[in-house]
Amino acid sequence: MLRRAQHERTADRLAVEAIDLVKDFDGTRAVDGVSLAVPPGSIYGLLGPNGAGKTTTLRILIGIIDPSSGIRRVLGRERPLDAAQEIGYLPEERGLYPAMHARDAIAFMGALRGMPIAEGRRRADALLAEHNLGDWAKKPIRTLSKGMAQTVQLLGTIIHKPRLIMLDEPFAGLDAINQGRLEELIRREARAGVTIIFSTHVIAHAERLCERVAIIARGKVAFDGRVDDARAKLSSIVRLRTRASDGPWRSAIPAGARREGDEWVFELPAAGPEPLLKALIDGGAGIETLAIERPGLHDAFVAIAGNRAAAEMGQEKVQ
Amino acid sequence: MMRFLRSAFVIARRDFSATVLSKAFIFFLLGPLFPLLLGGVFGGIGARVASQTEQPVVAVVSSQQDFERLSAARDQLGQALDPDALVKLIHYPPEPDLAAQQQRLLGTRQPPIRAVLSGGLDHPRLTGSFDGDPAALGQLRLLIANARAPEQANATILPVTTVRASSGSLAKVRALTGQIGQMLLFFLTILLSGMLLSQLIEEKSNKIIEVIAAAVPIDALFVGKLFAMLAASVVGIVVWVSAGALLIQMVKHGGVTTLPPPAVGWPGFLALAVIYFAMNYLLLGAAFLTIGAQASTVREVQTMSMPVTFAQVLIFGFASTVIGNPDSTEGLAAAVFPLSSPMAMIARAAEQPGWWPHVLAILWQALWVALILHWGSKLFRKTVLKSGPRTRWWKRKPA
Repeated sequence: MLRRAQHERTADRLAVEAIDLVKDFDGTRAVDGVSLAVPPGSIYGLLGPNGAGKTTTLRILIGIIDPSSGIRRVLGRERPLDAAQEIGYLPEERGLYPAMHARDAIAFMGALRGMPIAEGRRRADALLAEHNLGDWAKKPIRTLSKGMAQTVQLLGTIIHKPRLIMLDEPFAGLDAINQGRLEELIRREARAGVTIIFSTHVIAHAERLCERVAIIARGKVAFDGRVDDARAKLSSIVRLRTRASDGPWRSAIPAGARREGDEWVFELPAAGPEPLLKALIDGGAGIETLAIERPGLHDAFVAIAGNRAAAEMGQEKVQ
Repeated sequence: MMRFLRSAFVIARRDFSATVLSKAFIFFLLGPLFPLLLGGVFGGIGARVASQTEQPVVAVVSSQQDFERLSAARDQLGQALDPDALVKLIHYPPEPDLAAQQQRLLGTRQPPIRAVLSGGLDHPRLTGSFDGDPAALGQLRLLIANARAPEQANATILPVTTVRASSGSLAKVRALTGQIGQMLLFFLTILLSGMLLSQLIEEKSNKIIEVIAAAVPIDALFVGKLFAMLAASVVGIVVWVSAGALLIQMVKHGGVTTLPPPAVGWPGFLALAVIYFAMNYLLLGAAFLTIGAQASTVREVQTMSMPVTFAQVLIFGFASTVIGNPDSTEGLAAAVFPLSSPMAMIARAAEQPGWWPHVLAILWQALWVALILHWGSKLFRKTVLKSGPRTRWWKRKPA
């Protein structure tokens, strides 16, 4: 009851909120107590290996399926379909009517979200031209390449100028050039104030795009917050190479340090780099190279979700 | 509600355009030509066979006077019987060698002479083969008897006072009108509603179902698809009727005026026929859409189509119990059971006056269309849209 009251107080400040979402399929728990808080205007990533529960979570949030239990609130509404006209959704498994012309397919997706068909066609022509697909506007989808068809579907997702866009594995199947274009499109929409949630199993995309991420593993949220906060869970790594092999400076090296070739590798002490540098210089280490590496999202993912989840991510093809 | 209707309209418009503007729709429109073509071919064969088995031709070797009396007797009998059912008579003047003439005539193929009648009316003698056709032989005896005594054969004058219809004949012919209405409804529905079984296969196979399900209620998807197919079917019917096959046939035989007016009158009956066709289509179509939505492949749809067709025939059989006795227990049950209700009620409209039963029936049928669609869309959401393993009731583990 208390959680519900808290939820109602904070919901107005969030584009999407989920509390303790659970989804069971024939005795299999696909989503296990997922809670998310997505601020408006942010780019939010759902990160996790395939089968982690990302797609099911998105399908619950978009309203395709209902949760077995838990609360969801999308753009202030508990029934996501009530906000359908303000949401754009790109499913993981892409699909368009093969016989439809590209512009009609985009306009149809707009019409599903309440846009008049004539207005949809007009905008579709403009969007296709903007994405160098103007010559394909009146060609059937079946004649388009896979990348072109995916672009058409993505344009159909944003045709009605939604306030919230949910993209399920949007980079899957795209070549490097189209991935870059999609990243730019996501950033542009976010700059316009649109909230974007996308799922991915490729850490690099989340790291480049997201301000906030939820790391999901085996149906549970292992982390939900800012990317920097995820990284901050790990200390920076120091890589040090010295001319002197021994001396008083050795006392500045932490106990857990390891040797990798000629280098000392250890976590940056809590006091920061300055005391370390001073101790090394004063101790006559003769610093040859010293690098402080900030941990990446991958390192944070390993630390948060565990080696097994990271191994599952690693087995998948990185785009 | 407006958003629901708008969503259904978006789906219906897409499906209607995709169906009617496709090349396959031309074949759909040409569909009725095939049975007509087959009818023509088999009709021609039938006519040829019939001409070979029609009434025998008898060569009459006699004086012109005797033949005219026989011919007059035949014309008189033709007023009571179908003239095509009477033996045909052809006159041949007698030749000196009767035996040779008989032999030559019996060998003639055009016309195919079965027997030769000689000896005039005073001493008639038949030579030929009438084995197994005692009726033809009986006819000849009657004709000879009437030709000999034409004054006795004159029909007694029977004054007739014509009334529009007697109760016995009216009930019978109105039942016929009801039966024809039922048959039309049944055949049009069985021909047109089967398409709905495979209506969701395209969306499921090309994955666009996720996009649609995320944007509009599944109920709206079902309603849109159902009405799109109804509209496409109506286009087909309008084209077929306009093409004239049915119209010409009806006009040729005097049109609907040859049938007695139904109990609710022709305008009302035709209006009800249109409404009940739509309701029959919507009811069976909603059921087919629900069943077909569970199928993942065309093969599954094809497997389902045979039991579904048999179910339709059963429903038609149940509805036909109304004919002749709409107020019987079976008749009322057929009118109440939603899937047979439209066909039962069109038969009732032919036989019983009164509009209230139809108003109630239409509301009842509309309620069931909504219920089946709602239940079907819930089932679709539960069994098809979920991302986990599919639940099949026949594979469900016992609790």
